[in-house]
Amino acid sequence: MNSHNHSYVSTNPMSYANGEGVQFVLAFLFVLAFVMYIVAAIQSIRRYKTWPLYRIILWSLGIVLAFSAVFGPLAARAHNDFTAHMIVHLLLGMLAPLFLVLGAPMTLLLRTLNVSLARRLSRILKSRPVWILMNPIVTSFLNIGGLWILYTTDLYMMMHNNLFFHIVIHLHIFLAGYIFTASMIYVSPTPHSFSFVYRAFVLVLALAGHNILSKYMYAQPPNGVPLAQAEMGSMLMYYGGGLVDFFLIWIFISQWFKATRPQAVIFNENAAE
Amino acid sequence: MADYVTKNRFIYSARNLWSGFLFGLGLVAFFDEVVFHQLLHWHHFYDKSTTAIGLVSDGLFHAFSWFATVGGLFMLADLRRRRALWFTRWWGGLFFGVGIFQLYDGTIQHKVMRLHQIRYDVDIFPYDLTWNSIALVLTIIGLILITHTQRIQKPEEMVSHE
Repeated sequence: MNSHNHSYVSTNPMSYANGEGVQFVLAFLFVLAFVMYIVAAIQSIRRYKTWPLYRIILWSLGIVLAFSAVFGPLAARAHNDFTAHMIVHLLLGMLAPLFLVLGAPMTLLLRTLNVSLARRLSRILKSRPVWILMNPIVTSFLNIGGLWILYTTDLYMMMHNNLFFHIVIHLHIFLAGYIFTASMIYVSPTPHSFSFVYRAFVLVLALAGHNILSKYMYAQPPNGVPLAQAEMGSMLMYYGGGLVDFFLIWIFISQWFKATRPQAVIFNENAAE
Repeated sequence: MADYVTKNRFIYSARNLWSGFLFGLGLVAFFDEVVFHQLLHWHHFYDKSTTAIGLVSDGLFHAFSWFATVGGLFMLADLRRRRALWFTRWWGGLFFGVGIFQLYDGTIQHKVMRLHQIRYDVDIFPYDLTWNSIALVLTIIGLILITHTQRIQKPEEMVSHE
């Protein structure tokens, strides 16, 4: 459509032509995460007990999705096409985190670390700051609130003209999406677990916030985004987001279904481990 | 055996109703999206006269209806595994959910919040009338089924645990 529209790439000297440097920085982090996970999985299989193949596959898929969002043609196009940027948002902030959380990296990490390090890590996980950070309301504000700030202020335009903002914002999109997902569906051991009803309530509100923002942008494009791109992008955000939400909700409720199975008194949702 | 199921149905009477109701909400929202937005293109994604509260209402309902569809179906599966499924009551909940959402959509969302109209560039009155009449009929069918199943429980003096 408007693929040659460079309306929000300014002539600022800080501006970068197609962001190859940025692409390498972000891509490197995901390659690193992939290598570390595989090394840990091999170590776990060799020394302790087997690590499920489906977890490795889920993690790998998550890495591929996140990688393709920050590296290659899509990432380059997202620089001046809002629709492409929205695909990046859906992949990096929603779909990849879902796959990665299902890869249960924290379980793998706790299993692979030596005893004293694992104890230290689990102490951190039980600490008050982590309790605050992993509260669904907090993760929702970081995730959906962050998007509101990005698309309703000049931040979106600044992101395209400044290397530093670009990296920080993309990292935020990913990390906020990850902890949001991890605070809703419990895959790894969760010392601070919140009730299903509470999480369900916050989840619906957060998804509503995502819906409202996408329709709002349909009529009020982020600064620098042409109207046609905003309309296309916001519809993509609404329906694409709805699709990912559907899987998230499905997993969330199937966890409730397992946890409330009759006769099983013990809370047993991690039985698959 | 029959007694066992009947007893279970009464114990999980409220869950039967909720399961049908939630699935009904999800079903009608999905139907609305597919038929009126995607196939007929009567409804608009965003009508420029939409109020702010209309956007909030739409966003909340869309999110909740997704949740309700999946939740309602899992509750149905839960009732089955507990041998407590009571289809008459479940259908009552479903009709009531479908009707009540359509009524809310047709009056508050379309008319008060001006989210969007049923169709554009036509005389809207017959459309509104048809829409809301159907909604009312579905709601009444739901209510009849719900009160009917309510009355069956009464003589047994069962106490619901849900």
